[in-house]
Amino acid sequence: MVEDERRIGVFVCECGINISATVDCDEVTEYARTLPDVVFSIKNRYTCAEPGQEEIKRFIKEENLNRVVVASCTPRMHEPTFRQCCADAGLNPYLFEMANIREHCSWVHHDRKEATKKAKDTIKLAVARARKLESQEELTVPVTQAALVVGGGIAGMQASLDLADAGYQVYLVEKEPTIGGLMSYINKIFPTMD
Amino acid sequence: MMDVGRHPKIELLTYSEIENVTGYIGNFHVNVRKKARYVDEDACTACEKCAEVCPVVAFDEHQLGLASRKAIYIPFPQSVPASYLINMEDCLGTNPIACGKCLEVCDPKCIDYDEKDSIIELDVGVIIVATGMDVIDPTVLDEYHYTEFENVMTSWEFEILTGPGYVTGSELLRPTDRKVPKSIGFIQCVGSRDDKRGHPYCSNICCMNTVKDTLYLKEHYPDMECYVYYMDIRTFGKQYEDLYKRSKEMGVRYIRGIPGDVEEDPETKNVIVAVENTTTGKLEHHELDMLVLSVGVEPRVETADIQKILTLSKAPDGFLAESHYQLNPIDSPTGGIFLAGCCESPKDVKGSVTQASGAAARAERLLSQRRVKVEAITSEIDPDLCTSCGICVKVCPYKAIRIEKKKAPAEVIEAACKGCGTCAAECKFGAITMKHFTDDQILSMIDAMLEEKPEEKICTFACNWCSYAGADLAGLSRIQYPPNARIIRTMCSGRVDEKFIWYAFQKGAPVVLVSGCHFVDCHYIDANRWTQKRIEKIWDKLEQKGIRPERLQLEWCSAAEAKRWQSIMRAAENLRKTVSKQEIEETIRILSNGDKPKTKAKAEAKGKKKPKVTAASSE
Repeated sequence: MVEDERRIGVFVCECGINISATVDCDEVTEYARTLPDVVFSIKNRYTCAEPGQEEIKRFIKEENLNRVVVASCTPRMHEPTFRQCCADAGLNPYLFEMANIREHCSWVHHDRKEATKKAKDTIKLAVARARKLESQEELTVPVTQAALVVGGGIAGMQASLDLADAGYQVYLVEKEPTIGGLMSYINKIFPTMD
Repeated sequence: MMDVGRHPKIELLTYSEIENVTGYIGNFHVNVRKKARYVDEDACTACEKCAEVCPVVAFDEHQLGLASRKAIYIPFPQSVPASYLINMEDCLGTNPIACGKCLEVCDPKCIDYDEKDSIIELDVGVIIVATGMDVIDPTVLDEYHYTEFENVMTSWEFEILTGPGYVTGSELLRPTDRKVPKSIGFIQCVGSRDDKRGHPYCSNICCMNTVKDTLYLKEHYPDMECYVYYMDIRTFGKQYEDLYKRSKEMGVRYIRGIPGDVEEDPETKNVIVAVENTTTGKLEHHELDMLVLSVGVEPRVETADIQKILTLSKAPDGFLAESHYQLNPIDSPTGGIFLAGCCESPKDVKGSVTQASGAAARAERLLSQRRVKVEAITSEIDPDLCTSCGICVKVCPYKAIRIEKKKAPAEVIEAACKGCGTCAAECKFGAITMKHFTDDQILSMIDAMLEEKPEEKICTFACNWCSYAGADLAGLSRIQYPPNARIIRTMCSGRVDEKFIWYAFQKGAPVVLVSGCHFVDCHYIDANRWTQKRIEKIWDKLEQKGIRPERLQLEWCSAAEAKRWQSIMRAAENLRKTVSKQEIEETIRILSNGDKPKTKAKAEAKGKKKPKVTAASSE
């Protein structure tokens, strides 16, 4: 892709007051628009909620976006959500990037000025990365139709039975000479006392 | 148990241990060591004749030593498989055969003294870890004289004594005089909720276990005096409070106060407990026939082995960490591996069964898809730039890179690559591209970070699984720290290329912080060992160049260590404050002048100590 073809959209989430209480989301949204290749930015109340996601899909189409940055929470939580959202709008999910302005910013800094400054920088970093993102194709691999359960206590036995009843081959590995685990030592079980 | 033993879809491998697991989601290859039982478990009819003639008397593990067994034995009557086995350490010897009595009487001829361990190879798509928990060893906390007074026992031993006639017939008998005790006390939280000894966490099950024990006693021996000494009684589960009320109604005395002192009457062997009843504020003395220590639970030792084999993460309490506390509590952070039962946290039976069914459902969800997508974060080798030096093959924790012939360029086995990026960081020839975490992407982020006011910023690299997650937890816990760090996330600290660090210093970073997982927690087996080696080399180079090596910090922080992240951030900020604009300018000058260090700066740097790897831990 040629450099001038990049069109980045930045979606800034308020997360109710989780972010907006300490980060000036209007200022951040305005700032995002000044970053290189950013052609669009908007603030949402909750970007992960359906209206927020619909907005992403809409603007991918309307603004012809080919990179999306969501400034909200940790990618460890919602990256799959937004990747799916991009994929639904026809954008390769690897052209999506997240800026963590909640866990790493609004929740850990009380000072509004400092937190806003950090949020801007965090988005700046995310945009810098987004400019260099490339489409990726995910490999699909077959799933071997068998399960290993490690440990033959009450949990291991229950999991094995459930999977075996569902028709899958189960290998139950137990270190001791018998299954049963700690349960086999117990006389009565609360609260039913049986 | 019987259902498991006879299910046509379950292959039971008892007396077996996982030796090694390779592969990835949907495609795991497992080596299991099946230890020699010396008795053919399929042929054995559990007729007991062998044990009758065995002359050896040994410690019965399943009765916690309160009873004995033979060298050839079955753990307990309902064992599955219902087969005997020989403990070769107890056996009188087979080489030369010193006894051989069991072999003589065995009708199905299923005893084989020469049996060897066997290795079984399995291919599976999913793994459920259900390695359970253990009871803490009370001998290390001996203020209640467990090791001295015979009538002091653990709740675990009490379970055996009140079991269905295994040890003492149908009665509960106290050890010293084999009489039914007239009074009994239970001390709660032994080894639990104690920061200094035992464990700081609540073991979850002990309160209800004691309530259960007192009900059992009051039903069988209505006149027995029962005391429970506690800090808090926790009856949070469904129907639990009813049970506690019933116990109190039946006359069990619950005393808020943990005994300070326990003595033994040398004649009667009774136990005298001194306790401050904190409800009345009075000191009470109770003379009891028996005292039960309600001991806490802890992770099994084997869980640590499994954690290493499967590259799972563990929480600071030693139990295995889930992928997300609220939203993904059954999945482990490694794709295709699920947690069930007490390996994850202490649980009662209902909790274990519930989580096990959940784990089975999560596993089934994957199995039923038949094909699964794997993330496209893998490395790629440019054959034109590759010199076949082999460093990538050496550093790859997954053996996912191979050089087929001498001098042929290296190749990545994409499905086996897990995307740590260590190969890309170690390749001297720029031949390896780490997809989705490319050099170009990361260098652009450094540029963006340090474009304005670099002197205010701490250039931080955090690994996805531990340090970044630890910072997330700090956020969730609203733990405050200085706002100067700017984080670049990489999948593993192993991805942090030497050139990123030089580039950051060249662009004016006062401090560069690299944070990864603790060694045992590394999500990529041992990729972070390469991080450490690399950073140590850079420290030496910094020193040679006359740049303060401590301006490059290396830290380890787990996903559960939010407080530690705060300490790391504070320490890094304190360090940043010591770096003046002049020092930054000098660094930029040194780095843009090539490798000629300034003599004075070099001498100064030499006088300083090597940076401590964990600056935050000293806080």
